[in-house]
Amino acid sequence: MSGETKAGATRARVMRSGESFRELGLLVFIVLLSAAFQLRNHRFFTIANIEDLLTNTAILGILAVGMMLVLITGGIDLSIGATIALAGMTSALTGVAIPNINPFLSILEGMAVGLVIGSVIGLLVARFKVLPIIATLGMMNIVRGLTYIESKGQWVSSYQMSAKFTALSTGTTLGVNNLVLIAVVIFALFWYFINHTRTGRRIYAIGSNPEAADVSGIPRRRLLWLVYATMGVLAGLAGVLWVSKFASAQGDTALGYELNVIAACVLGGISISGGSGKVSGLVLGTILLGMLNNALPLINVSPFWQQFIQGVVILAAVLTNVAVKRNNQRLALRKREI
Amino acid sequence: MSERSISIDRPRSLGRFFFQWEWLLVLIFVIVNVINSALSPFYLDVGNLVGSTNSFLDMAFLVMPMTFVIILGNIDISVASTVALSAVVMAVAFNAGLPMPLAVILCLVVSTACGLVNGFLLVKFKELSAVIVTLATMIIYRGIAYVILEDQAAGHFPKWFSFLSWGTIAHVPFILFVFAGCAVAFGLLLHKTSFGRKVFAMGNNLTTARYSGIKTDSVILVVSALTGLMAGFTSLFLCSRMGSTRPNVALGYELSVIAMVVLGGVSTSGGSGRIGGPILAVFIIGYLNYGLGLVNITANVLLIIVGSLLILSVLVLNVRLGGHRRPAPPAAKVIAAGKAPDEKA
Amino acid sequence: MPETILELRDITKTFPGVRALDGVRFELKRGEIHALMGENGAGKSTLIKVITGVYQPDSGEILLDGKSVAIRGPLDSQRLGIAAIYQHVTCYPDLSVAENIFIGHEKVNPVTRGIRWKELYARVAELLESLDADFDSKALMGNLSVAQQQIVEIAKALSSNARIIIMDEPTAPLTKRESEDLYRIAEGLRDRGVSIIFISHRLEDMYRLASRVTVFRDAHFVGTWDVDKISRDELIVAMVGRSITQLFPKRKVAIGEEALRVEALSRTGYFKDVSFSVRKGEILAMTGLVGAGRTEVCEAIYGITKADSGRIFLEGKELRAAHPSEALAKGIGYLPEDRLKQGLVLEWAIAANITLPSLERFSRLGWMNRRDEELKARELSERLEVKANSVHDLVATLSGGNQQKVIVAKLLVGDMKVFILDEPTKGVDVGAKAAIFEIMNGLAAAGYAIVMVSSEMVEVLGMSDRIVVMREGRVSATLDTASATQETILSAAMTTATAVATENA
Repeated sequence: MSGETKAGATRARVMRSGESFRELGLLVFIVLLSAAFQLRNHRFFTIANIEDLLTNTAILGILAVGMMLVLITGGIDLSIGATIALAGMTSALTGVAIPNINPFLSILEGMAVGLVIGSVIGLLVARFKVLPIIATLGMMNIVRGLTYIESKGQWVSSYQMSAKFTALSTGTTLGVNNLVLIAVVIFALFWYFINHTRTGRRIYAIGSNPEAADVSGIPRRRLLWLVYATMGVLAGLAGVLWVSKFASAQGDTALGYELNVIAACVLGGISISGGSGKVSGLVLGTILLGMLNNALPLINVSPFWQQFIQGVVILAAVLTNVAVKRNNQRLALRKREI
Repeated sequence: MSERSISIDRPRSLGRFFFQWEWLLVLIFVIVNVINSALSPFYLDVGNLVGSTNSFLDMAFLVMPMTFVIILGNIDISVASTVALSAVVMAVAFNAGLPMPLAVILCLVVSTACGLVNGFLLVKFKELSAVIVTLATMIIYRGIAYVILEDQAAGHFPKWFSFLSWGTIAHVPFILFVFAGCAVAFGLLLHKTSFGRKVFAMGNNLTTARYSGIKTDSVILVVSALTGLMAGFTSLFLCSRMGSTRPNVALGYELSVIAMVVLGGVSTSGGSGRIGGPILAVFIIGYLNYGLGLVNITANVLLIIVGSLLILSVLVLNVRLGGHRRPAPPAAKVIAAGKAPDEKA
Repeated sequence: MPETILELRDITKTFPGVRALDGVRFELKRGEIHALMGENGAGKSTLIKVITGVYQPDSGEILLDGKSVAIRGPLDSQRLGIAAIYQHVTCYPDLSVAENIFIGHEKVNPVTRGIRWKELYARVAELLESLDADFDSKALMGNLSVAQQQIVEIAKALSSNARIIIMDEPTAPLTKRESEDLYRIAEGLRDRGVSIIFISHRLEDMYRLASRVTVFRDAHFVGTWDVDKISRDELIVAMVGRSITQLFPKRKVAIGEEALRVEALSRTGYFKDVSFSVRKGEILAMTGLVGAGRTEVCEAIYGITKADSGRIFLEGKELRAAHPSEALAKGIGYLPEDRLKQGLVLEWAIAANITLPSLERFSRLGWMNRRDEELKARELSERLEVKANSVHDLVATLSGGNQQKVIVAKLLVGDMKVFILDEPTKGVDVGAKAAIFEIMNGLAAAGYAIVMVSSEMVEVLGMSDRIVVMREGRVSATLDTASATQETILSAAMTTATAVATENA
């Protein structure tokens, strides 16, 4: 047994160091990249730009938290772009109908819309065993269709929005921009939830071994539903904030944005097959992606390259994960004394 | 040596014959047509009905290889991007002076290559699920299309090229002939050949298939190549219909194609399905779209309908299977448990 | 306190088409280790599922501490202090040992709802120490060996204050030393007052641990005996209902020239320097403890995995099978260890399974010929005496033994030269075992070379001509069966020649 224990302990050590290596690598990469961007365009490190970067990344971060929950359970959610659009459009239209509505109510409204969508997806996946890719692919289109119909093909633009509404995203509280504050609070709550509460740990469990979860009395289906409902609520919140920030609501708001969110998670080391992923990685991945989205236009990379780069980033991140895992396995095998 | 001998008769029963999914589809098809003709007096015109097929049959070419993909237990959401990329390459090449016939061949080469890249990634990196691989290539392929053509249009294809989508032979659209031919070919491939048998085997139990000597990598590569090739067909017919192309063509095709396959009774857990169902589903959704279009119901409604059909079909199929067939964990999860996919889990 | 802690009276459980338990009874005394034995399908697993609340009995009574209880689900069973440990540990590989034990039950701070980690780790460390574990509570479950994971399972049972622990074939995946550790743990638990129900196919487990043994047969209760009052043969008779005299059909077969030779085969982390050879008509047994690397060697020969170095010769010609299809084409057939997951497509019929490796033979230019398939399937099914009505019966409906026969039939379609059978009688009841041995003898007589991987000493000594013993990835000894004994095999499986030499020095 000693040989196997040593291998087990070595493997554990190698794996753990592999993860921290990854995060260190991300951090180093972020630092190097910002230096490179700054060199190419001195406007990168200006207050205005950093603010812009942070507020955009804030929205990305809010969504990434939800997506991380979904990914940990081994699922995926392609519908969040559409949810953002519907929630944002609904709150914007309500704002048009009821001018000067309390912006908090708008937020609640958006979250409610998101909750409904997320709950439906959760029901499909948890109760009816529909594959997440299929459920969210279908819902993505249903919700997007509903958005177009609700908007009647029109835009809601800034002059139709109350100052209070747009101040949601541009205003500050305690000196910090609202969006950033909201994102930080959400990250903090999430970190605590996923690492220190029973429910949070159970979510890792159902991603790690769904069958075992069923058998050992963990309410797998309820938790799975909860995860997608949470993603929906966060997407709804992000929808209202988005529309507030960009001061416009249209049928194709956030079209394809879910891919950005997935990219941020994958970069942060969240495993696509479920069961693992750390919040520290998520933060780094989100910042890195936010940086890329912000800086690429600054260094004159044409917007038409953005999608291609995004795809390459996802593929590279995912392949890197694979390479690291294979290397770990190879090392562990070599350590086995035969 | 026992006296008892084992029978080789296949069990047949009339009841079994009639309780099949395809009959349900026929019923739905009839209902759709009834609704459509109630909505619009112009609907039940045979000439219109037959002629309208060219508006939805272009994406139908993808339905057949996608049936194979889903029976294998995989999925491919990059098909629409492959269509876009091959269309853009063809148009740009043609506009740059390449003779159209060569441009057509280039289109098919590019699309098949896109498919093969998917296959290569799936085969060489078995830890990755088909979802993430085709998600990445979906973004990359369309991304390349945008890099090439930005937000412009290209094409202005020669007159003869429009025959593909608009031409008829004895009043029957050419595209319908081609589609029928492909449908027969794929149907035979799936149900009558050893290759089809391998596909079903892999969808049911990938490990057993491998241990039984089936070259699973080759099968995946072939199916991926076929998917790419058919995407090229879609691209050709789409470009022929529109006369030109942009990088954002075929947006959302993957939804409709997958919906058609699933509506056709092919379970997402893999290992089962018949080609007839998806083909019927093509016409159901195609005519639904056409009928709604006649009364000016916008494309958004169709998005909602197709999305709902996709989800409902899977729901019904799952309930019917009693929820016993949980989709097998992708190779990704087996790897995560610390073993190579070759080794026993 | 009454002597009997758990009693089941007149339990009957029927499923559509099959009666799994027919008026059985079972009685567990406080602080005893009680073995439950019987062939596959005798009802052992069903009884366990009734005790752990997975199934509810159709009729009968369960008494705990003399009082009647109703166990309506696994949670009820847990609350009553019953825990079960199975062969295959289900765990959360991405979570730590501590979390695996306490998932869902961690102590939380009532205000913040946060988990009290320090307390948790301390409690688990305590448990692990009482079991002599050599890993800590923070280790990731996925990095532990099977034996270590089982210890975690036991710790889990202890953590819920289980008074009754059921062990279902726990030693199956363990090495001899790990089994010894498990025995010690079981005895330690017993000494602490835990009552244990121990299910195992291995008679040595039973004789070592149990004080009493109960036998089930065909869903019926046969009897309960004190272990030291019943002999091996009597036990087998109780389990099978007939005395197995002709278990190992004698055979004398002409041994031909070399069919398969393996030279210095190595694969980093799995096996090293493995060499052996088999001749036509010969049966070579590959034995050793679980985890010795036998299956890995076979899979490397068959092309499932690739060896890093070494050479393989088939009938004198070098063979490098990069894929099972090559191995099959050249004439090597492999019966996998896990017949359900690796050998059969359960949703398919017998005929479709049989023809799967040789589809090209039944197709012309790709076009399948169903008739040929059916005829061949019938021919082989009859030859191997598969008990089925039609070649279109689903293999899922067949018994374990018949399923094995179908897999052998698969391999007989092509022109084979060598058969590698990996645990051909695992999970097969005694009656079907004899049938499989008959088949093996027939194959040997027909001139095939056979490599049989087996962990059953009796089987190895009864069926083989020569024995290769592996230990921790290396060949430990190559023996002539005629001169080998259980002791020599066992010692080769547990120690290497050098270790023995140093001991004697």
